[in-house]
Amino acid sequence: MPAVQTLDRVVIRFAGDSGDGMQLTGDRFTSDSATFGNDISTLPNFPAEIRAPQGTLPGVSSFQIHFANYDIMTPGDRPDVLVAMNPAALKANVADLPRGAVIIADSAEFTKRNLTKVGYAADPLTDGSLADYQLHALDLTGMTVAAVKDFGLSRKDASRAKNMFALGLVSWLYHRPTEGTLNFLTQKFARKPDIRDANITAFKAGHAFGETTETFAVRYEVAPAPMPAGRYRQISGNLATAYGLITGAHKAGLPMFLGAYPITPASDVLHELSKHKRHGVTTFQAEDEIAAVGAALGASFAGHLGVTTSSGPGIALKAETIGLGVMTELPLVVVDVQRAGPSTGMPTKTEQADLLQVMFGRNGEAPIPVLAAQSPADCFDTAIEAVRIAVKYRTPVMMLSDGYLANGAEPWRVPELADIPPIDPAFATEPNATDAKGNAVFHPYRRDEETLARPWAVPGTPGLEHRIGGIEKAKDTGNVSYDPANHEEMIRTRQAKVDGVVRDIPDLVVDDPGAEDGRGAKVLVLGWGSSYGPITAAVRRVRNEGHQVAQTHLRHLNPFPANLGEVLRRYRRVIVPEMNLGQLALLLRAKYLVDVESYSRVRGLPISLSELARDLITVVDEEEGRSAAEIAAELAALRTDEVRQFVGEQHFDLDSTQRSVPIPPSNGTAHEETR
Amino acid sequence: MTATDPTTRPAYKGLSGVPLSLEPLNRKDFTSDQEVRWCPGCGDYAVLSAFQGLMPELGIKRENTVIVSGIGCSSRFPYYVDSYGMHSIHGRAPAIATGVATSRPDVGVWVVTGDGDALSIGGNHLIHALRRNVNFTILLFNNRIYGLTKGQYSPTSEIGKVTKSTPMGSLDSPFNPVSLALGAEASFVARTIDSDRQHLTEVLKAAANHRGSSFVEIYQNCPIFNDGAFEAVKDKDSAVESIIPLRHGEPIRFGVEGRLGVVRDAATGELAVREVAEVGADALVVHDAHRTDPTYAFGLSRLTDAGVLQRSPIGIFRDVERPAYDDLAREQVRLAQEGGVGDDALQDLIAGSDTWQVR
Repeated sequence: MPAVQTLDRVVIRFAGDSGDGMQLTGDRFTSDSATFGNDISTLPNFPAEIRAPQGTLPGVSSFQIHFANYDIMTPGDRPDVLVAMNPAALKANVADLPRGAVIIADSAEFTKRNLTKVGYAADPLTDGSLADYQLHALDLTGMTVAAVKDFGLSRKDASRAKNMFALGLVSWLYHRPTEGTLNFLTQKFARKPDIRDANITAFKAGHAFGETTETFAVRYEVAPAPMPAGRYRQISGNLATAYGLITGAHKAGLPMFLGAYPITPASDVLHELSKHKRHGVTTFQAEDEIAAVGAALGASFAGHLGVTTSSGPGIALKAETIGLGVMTELPLVVVDVQRAGPSTGMPTKTEQADLLQVMFGRNGEAPIPVLAAQSPADCFDTAIEAVRIAVKYRTPVMMLSDGYLANGAEPWRVPELADIPPIDPAFATEPNATDAKGNAVFHPYRRDEETLARPWAVPGTPGLEHRIGGIEKAKDTGNVSYDPANHEEMIRTRQAKVDGVVRDIPDLVVDDPGAEDGRGAKVLVLGWGSSYGPITAAVRRVRNEGHQVAQTHLRHLNPFPANLGEVLRRYRRVIVPEMNLGQLALLLRAKYLVDVESYSRVRGLPISLSELARDLITVVDEEEGRSAAEIAAELAALRTDEVRQFVGEQHFDLDSTQRSVPIPPSNGTAHEETR
Repeated sequence: MTATDPTTRPAYKGLSGVPLSLEPLNRKDFTSDQEVRWCPGCGDYAVLSAFQGLMPELGIKRENTVIVSGIGCSSRFPYYVDSYGMHSIHGRAPAIATGVATSRPDVGVWVVTGDGDALSIGGNHLIHALRRNVNFTILLFNNRIYGLTKGQYSPTSEIGKVTKSTPMGSLDSPFNPVSLALGAEASFVARTIDSDRQHLTEVLKAAANHRGSSFVEIYQNCPIFNDGAFEAVKDKDSAVESIIPLRHGEPIRFGVEGRLGVVRDAATGELAVREVAEVGADALVVHDAHRTDPTYAFGLSRLTDAGVLQRSPIGIFRDVERPAYDDLAREQVRLAQEGGVGDDALQDLIAGSDTWQVR
């Protein structure tokens, strides 16, 4: 029997050809790890082509999962284990591995032809080039085919179960529960008994292979992570977005109308919502992005909650209609699941470069509130908040997600619906003005004094018939007006309405241990959106090295929280990491005249924890007066894997300041290295 | 998830589901307090007037009427009718109206658009609305010119049209709006003329009573930028020879003393105008608007001149039953809700089937 070693955290990357089922394999491993009680964070990474040429580098699809016995913030920079189903998968991923990492490779695929395809002159499994790693070259295909030979499948069909063989083996290696995957396979292939049995057999064979051979000298355990009591599930950003939208509409008592056009990486929100007609959701797959948002706006005019979901190129097409929403002052929720641009860009890769587009990408002065989710589960809360603001202020609201959040998953404590406050659509039912003759009349642009929102009077309401449109409105009456003074007043009023959303936004909270005793940090790291995970992990690492650094994160990009300017001015240096060329930094500089420093990475991948940690330590060291030589020495000795919450100071969790389901502090001690 | 069969639909008719007014309404109830601002002599006035006359006759509640328009002269229409309305953006009215119609079975929806709005910038939305058969009536005011932007050629202008943007004449072939609508699978397609109040009202009424998308092309004179474009069919003397009248169940016959008629050419199968004296009255095609196959209606539509208009069929080309998208969409929601709705169902959804408990 192999020895059992206990680990705090592991990163595994499953990589293979895009037809090898790596996303499914990763999903299953994630699900089993989440059910087991580990904290998890995932990073699916796949080509835009459905089937790129087989065995080539562009065809490589991978799924990375980080699982741990404490709360982790990222899918991990460097895999501890790489499962490579072919030479392309090895070649595309080996550079990311630290020395000593485990490589499990399917030797059956390392044929001369496949090696040549990706430019290997010699077989890396045998030429000694992988000596720095713990290499396990195994005939996964051959063993799978042998295991399922009784089911009468062709070799090709039989070999397709090799991903389940690999999953079974890795599940054995890390003591994963197997019931979840067995149940899953039973259900998924219920109508194809041969395929079902072949997959189950392959999975079990992989597990048994680990158990019975002496290939692996050590088996690993990762204990469950301490989490607040409650019922949990795992959830991806797109799923959380869909559930948040449904819940928001439900809390407002409004049927939801989704207008959408298929686009990566937002389509899954459409797919998901289309399954939930039962919850009052109508989904309309429109002829184009413009019709999608147009129909949604029409539904809002008719008294439903209009929603449209897309990604950057689609949002560009919707711009004119969003402007109509600004002018007609109707509730509308627009979700932008950002992807790498410009133009078609890299559809399956993540980026945060639509911020300025959604802020300003409309003709005229057309302000809208903008919110950004910071983690997959946070998409749920953000979507509900988007609905709340849209309905209360009668305005289009932009919710920003991105490809990383959309497809990434994490454990989520299932919220209780009863804990989520209702949203009042407050439809107009009575006339609100008197005309010159003393008759009661309805003025569609007579505003609420506090919110400046106009009344929402829907068709079918007698006496409130009115016409709205894109032409400038006269104050109160909403009649067409070209009056110069009226135009300026309306422009300023629409801006003031959106600015006024700040009343509903909590002040920004800064995580700066020691600040209350006057021993606060000199450097603040400020992020937004999905960079929350990498930034938080980097900040922990920096603190773990004994440095002080403050962190805060924006959910509200328009308007900003009221105290943002004051927060920025409190620090000697403000670092703003973003997956763009400094879009938030530009806004902050323009609005607050604070010389924030942009930290920008646009590689189509989440910001690297290790890279950011090194760069932050450099900044903090500079502020602490260290010499270049001292900084270099510290960096040379730096470990950059993800550590626990630093507990030298009072616990603080930024996540919980914005969550409807707060996560209490973990009770672990400072991380001890285990590898 | 069980798929529904769109071919077995509930039997809805015309405006069923839209509540009727208890009080009798009159034209004034459908007149807003806004001053009408079209040019003197514009054909739009006549259409507005006919519409305001028809609405009380349909009897549906004012507050259950929604008019959605795009951009262009005709798209000012909603401001002048005291119902709910949206003057939206260029070309998008059918898309916006799809959202209104799908959300609200209790609302009668009208789309008001023009040749530039519906056929140029909004062409995609028009054809897809017709394909889906969304339950609304589209009034396409065709003046064969861009009026609001002061006189550029439009997608229905005859080839060679000299305008501000085409000083040497336009180069592109025009759309025949009726042919286009038929090609887009429209279930109700008609053509009428702004100045023929009676015919206009009849057609609008039939359109309103049709379930699904009703497409009505209205020949509308722009006295400023394209005056006389439809003179042949509007002038009392020439109309008799220029209008090919379509009346369901009647032979298609016109001209002075009924001298002309539409026949099917035995050799080519095409429809053609012939002297009745030559072919005999028995050879005339008897108009059938309910024919399922659109080929016949399309053939009729091709009798329209593509160039300067000399002759054109006027009336209802096609009026067939086909399930309306919005009825089907609501039916799917209704079916899905038979599983039970409310807080518990939603709580179950959010939790999913794969949860674990942390104690």
